[in-house]
Amino acid sequence: MKSFKKIKSIITPLDKINVDTDQIVPKQFLKLIHKSGFGKFLFYNWRYDENENLKSDFILNDSKYDNSEIMVTGDNFGCGSSREHAVWALQDYGFSVIIAPSFADIFFSNCFKNGLLPISLNPKTVEKLQQELDPIEVDLERQIIKTSSEEITFEIDSYKKKILLDGLDDIAQTLQFEDKISEFERNSKVPSVL
Amino acid sequence: MNIVEKILARASGKSSVSPDDVIFADVDKVMLHDVSGPGVIKVFDKLKNQGISVDKLWDPSKVWVAEDHFVPSADKVSAENIVKLSNFTKKYGIEKHFKYGMGQYGICHTLSHEEALVMPGEVYVGGDSHTNTTGALGAFACGLGHTDVAYVLLNGNIWFKVPETYYFKINGKLPDHVMAKDLILKIIGDIGTDGGAYRTMQFGGTGVDEMSVQSRLTLCNMTTEAGAKNGIVEPDQKVIDYLSSRGATNVPLVHGDDDAEYAKIFEYESSEVEPVVAKPFSPANISVVREAPSVELDKSYIGSCTGAKYEDLEAVARILKGRKVKIRTEILPAAISIYQRAMENGLLKIFLDAGATIGPPTCGACCGAHMGVLAKDEICISTTNRNFPGRMGHIESQTYLSSPLVAAASAVTGKITDPRDLK
Repeated sequence: MKSFKKIKSIITPLDKINVDTDQIVPKQFLKLIHKSGFGKFLFYNWRYDENENLKSDFILNDSKYDNSEIMVTGDNFGCGSSREHAVWALQDYGFSVIIAPSFADIFFSNCFKNGLLPISLNPKTVEKLQQELDPIEVDLERQIIKTSSEEITFEIDSYKKKILLDGLDDIAQTLQFEDKISEFERNSKVPSVL
Repeated sequence: MNIVEKILARASGKSSVSPDDVIFADVDKVMLHDVSGPGVIKVFDKLKNQGISVDKLWDPSKVWVAEDHFVPSADKVSAENIVKLSNFTKKYGIEKHFKYGMGQYGICHTLSHEEALVMPGEVYVGGDSHTNTTGALGAFACGLGHTDVAYVLLNGNIWFKVPETYYFKINGKLPDHVMAKDLILKIIGDIGTDGGAYRTMQFGGTGVDEMSVQSRLTLCNMTTEAGAKNGIVEPDQKVIDYLSSRGATNVPLVHGDDDAEYAKIFEYESSEVEPVVAKPFSPANISVVREAPSVELDKSYIGSCTGAKYEDLEAVARILKGRKVKIRTEILPAAISIYQRAMENGLLKIFLDAGATIGPPTCGACCGAHMGVLAKDEICISTTNRNFPGRMGHIESQTYLSSPLVAAASAVTGKITDPRDLK
């Protein structure tokens, strides 16, 4: 996992609520498990028509958003199936931050295993951010989103913040304490299982 | 403490826990299947490349593996995933691998109760969002992503934020024509698809006491569609009998304290619940069947962890007996044990006589994988759990979610039909 740097980019507004993981990555791609390359399947049915041509009316297909790393979307993003492929696809496509009023639980958790930052803000602020045309800056270290006109603070669990900043997943994080774990195992009367 | 708090306190070695506490819980059982399994293998490969040892699982006897989403292998890639899964279980000494074509196998959530793999009071996690189903046995059961499942496989524990609990008190027995599916769809319609977000949805009251274990499984299964962390029912003698008849011994019971606290209590009168459908494209888009749009259906799909347990097939047989289907009707028992019972008790003959097609246990078209996916503009009534756009096939197909009784009655008429209105 790469460590999370300050992100500055224009936002992609996806004005939809309850975006489920079936829409983020449709089922036919679940058989594939290489984590890279999922970007081309992102929002597959919204981006492509039956002949696999890009649909001009879907926002991601507007070239002005090509370099956007921040998506601003609606309530309950990532609901439905637990597929981690949804996070892989968003990341591989180029997104580093997803901003929404709320996220589905398993999706939210999956983000942190892969270095994607989900930020939940109150609905009014999200609505305002969706209108933002200038680049905005997301500073995880300071927990601040800077727009052309204001600074918005956001909440994040300190452990999750550290994971993203250090670029360590839970397992790597735990293994930082390998010395202590081994010492505990040596001194423990319970037989080691790992 | 309520039942969930009690289970999580026990699993984290604490005397008590409260909502919002972050705890490290010991896990009792873990499940993976042919979609999450290969994902987990990928995580293992990555760890190995980083020099981290993945030679041993924390406890292979607590792990079980299902083949369900793309089986019998739908194509070359699925076939390769099944081979990968078999190599994985062999390498790590996982004995409980339910392989298709080799006796009992089926949908992972169905096996959890049909094979008595999870006991009341246990912490059970699985690489699938509908792991919530098994909370009906009185376990804390919830779904995880691949990375979290890999972590549990290596370490045997995982952190949770203790969820607050919404208690759904169901008063009185459901009427004959109403199934648990109607009740849970109505509840999701009332609270919305994020109405239970990161909360426990607990079901109780005389309506639930009267309910069979399989009906309770339907309730807990669909808590996922309300965004809940888990669903749960306090276990009783029915759960003991259910698990004992499937080979379990010394089934324990666990209950919340008399002064247990709940974040919110919702009350429902069973007598007021009617057959409903969830219209496209959300499980919360509810309509009473008698007020549902008059659409020409193309298909009735009776399958999945939600709607193809034995009790569901029995309900379908009650309707189809002596009648003919008017639209394509597919019936896929959720496990081989259910298939076998349906054969022994004459259900399969009723289905075939009615003109339905019987398929093998599989997630199949529920997740749009194979075995009867929908074409453009096709409209399906289905006993499954999700009706998002394209969920069961083409993005411009439509799915109405319903109980098995409604799906069977609609198969007979070709329109969305209340079982009470069937001639």
